[in-house]
Amino acid sequence: MSTPTREGILFKHFDTPNRQRIDVYEQLGGYRALGKALTEMTADQVLKELEASGLRGRGGAGFSMGKKASFLRHGEIDKYLCCNADESEPGAFKDRELIHRNPHQLIEGVMIAAYAAGIRHAFIYIRGEYVEQAETLETAVGEASEKGYVGDDILSSGFSCSLVVHRGAGAYICGEETALLDSLEGKRGNPRLRPPFPANQGLYQGPTLINNVETLSNAPHIVLHGAEWFRSFGTEKSPGTKVVSVSGNVQRPGNYEVELGVPSRHIIFDLAGGPPPGRRIKCWFPGGSSSPVLTGEHLDLPYDFEHMAEAGSMLGSGSIIVVDDTVPILSVAMWVAKFYHHESCGKCVPCREGTNWTVQLLKRIDRGEATPMDVDLLMSVQDNIIGNCLCLLGDSMAMPISAMVKHFRPEFEEEIAVRRQAAERVFGGTGAAQAGGTGVAQEEGPDLVAAAGTVPVEGHPHEARVEEEQAPRPGEDEFD
Amino acid sequence: MKLDHLRGVPGSRTRLEAQVWEGARVGADPAHVPERAEIEVPPALEETIERYMSMYPDFHSAVLPALRAAQELHGWLSPEAMFQLAAVMRVTPAYLESIASYYDMFELEPVGKHAIYVCTNISCSLCGAHDLAAALSKETGSPLNGSSPDGLFRLRSFECLGACDIAPMASIDGHYRGPLSAQDAATIADQLREGRPSRELLPEKSYEGDYARRLSARERAAKAGDGEDAR
Repeated sequence: MSTPTREGILFKHFDTPNRQRIDVYEQLGGYRALGKALTEMTADQVLKELEASGLRGRGGAGFSMGKKASFLRHGEIDKYLCCNADESEPGAFKDRELIHRNPHQLIEGVMIAAYAAGIRHAFIYIRGEYVEQAETLETAVGEASEKGYVGDDILSSGFSCSLVVHRGAGAYICGEETALLDSLEGKRGNPRLRPPFPANQGLYQGPTLINNVETLSNAPHIVLHGAEWFRSFGTEKSPGTKVVSVSGNVQRPGNYEVELGVPSRHIIFDLAGGPPPGRRIKCWFPGGSSSPVLTGEHLDLPYDFEHMAEAGSMLGSGSIIVVDDTVPILSVAMWVAKFYHHESCGKCVPCREGTNWTVQLLKRIDRGEATPMDVDLLMSVQDNIIGNCLCLLGDSMAMPISAMVKHFRPEFEEEIAVRRQAAERVFGGTGAAQAGGTGVAQEEGPDLVAAAGTVPVEGHPHEARVEEEQAPRPGEDEFD
Repeated sequence: MKLDHLRGVPGSRTRLEAQVWEGARVGADPAHVPERAEIEVPPALEETIERYMSMYPDFHSAVLPALRAAQELHGWLSPEAMFQLAAVMRVTPAYLESIASYYDMFELEPVGKHAIYVCTNISCSLCGAHDLAAALSKETGSPLNGSSPDGLFRLRSFECLGACDIAPMASIDGHYRGPLSAQDAATIADQLREGRPSRELLPEKSYEGDYARRLSARERAAKAGDGEDAR
């Protein structure tokens, strides 16, 4: 079993003061990899090294980075590199820290990848909300240009590559690679139909390489120490380390760099401190809010791409969100669904309508108007979204919601029954209204509920909470 | 007026009311590229936009940075701002608006000066973001997703801001602060009223250097007994 690395590869020297300054970065060995690549290696050799390292994309899909770069057409055409720093996946905050603390590591990685694929124009698309990080990056790019690591004739090698930091303006979907390209071209960030894939026809119709911040940040270390060294971390199929963002109901939320393949329990409990005392884990998202939820029984699975997929979920961007047993699953579903409903770009129907109707259905449960059939309806909406959209945004909502229903169906049904009963008490109930409010009808009320298939429970433990939750909460009504 | 057909259409806004348009003093057809000579553009803004346009192989890429620059200057993307951008970039104001309306951070209505975005996504919600949003709303006097009457604040519940490690958190003019308690909400509102730059707001809890110190910040917040952090 591999051991977790606090210092790791990417987080090494992270606590050194002024790490973001170029002189400190150089003192710690920075830009040596770029020098090695440009002066001692050909572009093909760098590409081979990246491919041999087995580095997989850290943005979510987990595709081999070296392979992706090798798909780009060779020769003298305008090719582009886009670093995807539009980190908006709920639960993910690794890129923010990587940029904030070590911008030069990323810049060096971008330049190495650009050299390997013969690219002369590189962009870092950073989300608009990361104002401080964008400023950090812009300063760093300025410093690197001054020192001749970016721009024309880098380190007198004859290789030139420009680098522009491009800020987004607040749209989750722009993290999707084709939407990112549209946004960078100055359009609305709508995903494109694929094929053609960006490697053939991407930014400004040219072949384009798109990589995540963490992926590119690994490149300098691979070039400097070699693919073999990189493969000594992690597992056979997922080499290297992974920055895991742990958040939610844990005592020590934060970014932790681990080798892939360590038990999930180790990350959640030993590193992040587990849920607060007295609480237990109800469910957890292994790869951001768009990954299907897992439960306590999955905690001993090794945390890597393969095992998460086997368990019916995915590693995604490597962002663990822990939900403890005090949180109603309905709230979790609502938070997830509302987010994707808001962020759906509206280009394709299953996503635009599906996210909307999912929110409507969940609200219906919340208001006490739902029947148990609505759980099946909820599932059927999700089934109609999965696999039917242009991009993964629709699936990103449908997959976790279906997983929640799958794992917590009794709780959904109980919520429906309890809330329905509470609503009937408040509004007089259907039974009372029909029979003119006589004493007989009062007793008929619950029977009617029972006939509709719900289970009336007197003095239910959730009762107090239901009433408390009927008070309007801020943010709950933003889609009304 | 050429835009009369937009009145009463959901989403066509009060900003289309006459006084705003006349303030823009243009022939106001957003479907045509305005004549550069007819529009007065602040020289600094023009210079910035032209610099952005020169940074990209295709000048259209400069739309987002240009809109941001105009919003910084005018406080919001007024029709006047749109026509200025359109004149410099040689695109139609309608095109610019189609872009601006897509992205969350562009304001197409007059808004309060300081942008306060509260993250209400899943991780922050698990740590009490809704209580924080309510506290900020109370302290700033701004309704959620609206602006305060004194024109000083605008409060938004925002998509995940990518800072779940400091949940519950808020971004004040782009500067992240967290974990925040209801007490911190009052402190922040007071400091902004006093005119303290949003970069220097206290409590400075995020990015406190090494991990140990950041953890202790969170523990401190929990010990303050605000409930939401203690979960």
